[in-house]
Amino acid sequence: MDFSAYDTGAFYDEMFTSQGQTRPSYQVLQKRLESLPAGEIAARQAAAEQFFYDLGITFTVYGHSEGTEKIFPFDIVPRIISSQDWNFLEKGLTQRIYALNLFIDDIYHNQKIIKDGLVPAELIHSAEGFFPQCVGINPPHGVWSHITGTDLVRDEKGEFFVLEDNLRSPSGVSYVLANRRILKRTLPVVFEQINIRPVDDYPTMLLDMMHQVAPSTGGPVTAAILTPGMFNSAYYEHSYLAMQTGVELVEGRDLVVHDGYVMMRTTRGLKRVDVIYRRVGEDYLDPQTFRPDSLLGLPGLMEVYRAGKVTLANAPGTGVADDKVIYSYIPEIIKYYLDEEPILKNVPTYLCWKEKELSYVLENLDQLVVKAANESGGYGMLVGPASSKQEQAAFGEKIKANPRNYIAQPTLNLSRAPVIVGDHFEGRHVDLRPYILYGEEIKILPGGLTRVALKKDSLVVNSSQGGGSKDTWVLAEPDQT
Amino acid sequence: MLSRVADSLYWMSRYLERAENIARFLDVNWHLTLDLAMMQQNHWSALVSVTGERKLFEQRYDDDTKDNVIRFLTIDPDYPNSIYCCLQSARENARAVRDLIPIEMWEMINVFFHQIEREAKKPGIVFENPYMFCEEVKKRNLTLSGLAQDTMDHDEAWLFFNLGKMLERADKTSRIIDVKYFVLLPHLQDVGTIIDVVQWAAMLKATSSFQAYRHRVGIINPTSVAEFMLMDHYFPRSVLYCLTEAQSFLHEISGTRIGYFGNDAEKMIGQLCAELSYQSIEDIFVLGLHEFTDHLQLQMNRVDEAVFKTFFAVSEPHQNDFIEE
Repeated sequence: MDFSAYDTGAFYDEMFTSQGQTRPSYQVLQKRLESLPAGEIAARQAAAEQFFYDLGITFTVYGHSEGTEKIFPFDIVPRIISSQDWNFLEKGLTQRIYALNLFIDDIYHNQKIIKDGLVPAELIHSAEGFFPQCVGINPPHGVWSHITGTDLVRDEKGEFFVLEDNLRSPSGVSYVLANRRILKRTLPVVFEQINIRPVDDYPTMLLDMMHQVAPSTGGPVTAAILTPGMFNSAYYEHSYLAMQTGVELVEGRDLVVHDGYVMMRTTRGLKRVDVIYRRVGEDYLDPQTFRPDSLLGLPGLMEVYRAGKVTLANAPGTGVADDKVIYSYIPEIIKYYLDEEPILKNVPTYLCWKEKELSYVLENLDQLVVKAANESGGYGMLVGPASSKQEQAAFGEKIKANPRNYIAQPTLNLSRAPVIVGDHFEGRHVDLRPYILYGEEIKILPGGLTRVALKKDSLVVNSSQGGGSKDTWVLAEPDQT
Repeated sequence: MLSRVADSLYWMSRYLERAENIARFLDVNWHLTLDLAMMQQNHWSALVSVTGERKLFEQRYDDDTKDNVIRFLTIDPDYPNSIYCCLQSARENARAVRDLIPIEMWEMINVFFHQIEREAKKPGIVFENPYMFCEEVKKRNLTLSGLAQDTMDHDEAWLFFNLGKMLERADKTSRIIDVKYFVLLPHLQDVGTIIDVVQWAAMLKATSSFQAYRHRVGIINPTSVAEFMLMDHYFPRSVLYCLTEAQSFLHEISGTRIGYFGNDAEKMIGQLCAELSYQSIEDIFVLGLHEFTDHLQLQMNRVDEAVFKTFFAVSEPHQNDFIEE
């Protein structure tokens, strides 16, 4: 199956230059793919999908009947990142995560950045992710966002931009590991020929991080992953990470506050838990502090947390920096705390709460991507060029009703990568979500999750909106150019 | 280990064992109908009685034809103990503990479930050749038992897994003995005839014990077969064997020595084992075999309740709408 009919279009293509030249990091892969007949490639693609199905690597889709499980669509052509590009991203992400943690710590303590006039106080206090209940809390090492999944995209020139920071509860890392496992079976010959940086040590990195941030109570550290339960869309990932790290997978009902500590109920009585990697939203964590109707959390958890007797990862309250309005201030935030120029750029953002920018947004709805400040998963957004006049009008009303809650960005021509469509390859838009861990220091898993919009011309890569994923390779050696 | 997790392992195991045993019920009955085709009696109706769910069956089906009974027991999505529903429940429980069970086990349960689900959506082999279908169900679960034995750590999780398996199997073997009772009931004149021997032999085959029985006991007669299935010391599906195994798993979990009890579950299973150990088969026949197995099943339910109260009692899971990024 060859690439002779492959059209890169007017986009930055991950595999080919605009002149149709294969980029150096893709040359071995191309040779291998072209040596396989279309039937063989289709068979390997089918085998990979069967593997996901047999292993029950699925997610739950909301809005369908209870327990509807779907396979996250997978394309066997990997996305390759050169070692030069990765070094750049690693530096940029480290800088950004470092600054964001300083920012969150400041917001919940002295709020120097507000006093210095860089970020308006009312924006912070109106951010859905800002929780006054977290003011004054001192998480170990001053780290708030222990696990971050930054969404990166490339424009038509190939330049990387940060689209979202995802500091609350980023998901998807289990697919990175599953994708790699499958690709090793699918294209073993390529793995033998080029040096691809491994991802299998993620669970070790995660476990190390959990131990590093444990409260210093003495004695062995017990960590647990807190899941809302098996009806949650990301339950597969929760159980997978528990399996791989060997820590207990707990639900709120397994936990109890006793003697000032968090304990889990076991067949042999209560056992203390020191670190909780929570995959439950903070507003559900403790009905005494947050949503009183939550049945997923543990009453009294926050009191134990405040007393420093348990560590929560991520710390409750990180969402303040996830707010898409606050996002637009991040380049300033980096300069403010680090006195450095931001390495990674933001996508230019129009803030609807500013009157001038609001009228620009409303006049250009057909050109822009408009997003609600606190939604994720591809919900609550309008992709202007792909929307009808009616949709634009309806969305315009929503914006006018609550301008603080909306931002707009120019429609980015996301880079594309080849996917298998029947008996040939076609370009589809991709993004990249690296996973960053922060315990004693910042560590980044090489690569991350490449999500791909499998629908032709679609720009939305979320799994809930018809997106799929690809294995993502970071090459160990620089390209020979 | 977490109480909730122990609960899930126990039920995952029970449901898997239940599915296998329903396949064994069907298997024995199907053989009986083929061997005794000329007798014109409705063996399929007897099978419904054995499950103890006649009322539910009659609400759902007009009459007890072969196809209706097979559908009820194998793929009926509204009968909670059909093979399909058992696997669905086994898989749900496995999903709740998939971080703890070996990946090979989870994969096998998942593939097993999907296989039965396909059959439930578009029945084929289950009606054309129930024997093949039952064989497949049996083999899958036997493979899972092997996987548990050879890939799980033999720790508390494994003990709860085996506890569930043994309690379920004890109950089901007692019900397989009951198949004979219900089939035989209208035809007491057949006792001791060739028909009778065929029927008792079918029971042995259904529990995979025909060879062992021939080897160690030999001649097939009701007393010996009943004794073998109820209280043989070596046959891994005899009721007493399963109960004493379950007892030792319970004691291994708690650390209490056998002969003493540390909780209600141990107390009840100890009493039950003693009752069965110190009865002769003649005593049981005087009481009535069916009456005795009925009594056993009641006592075993009480053991299950005691296991729940001792180890598992926690609240139910909740739906939620928290969406990650």
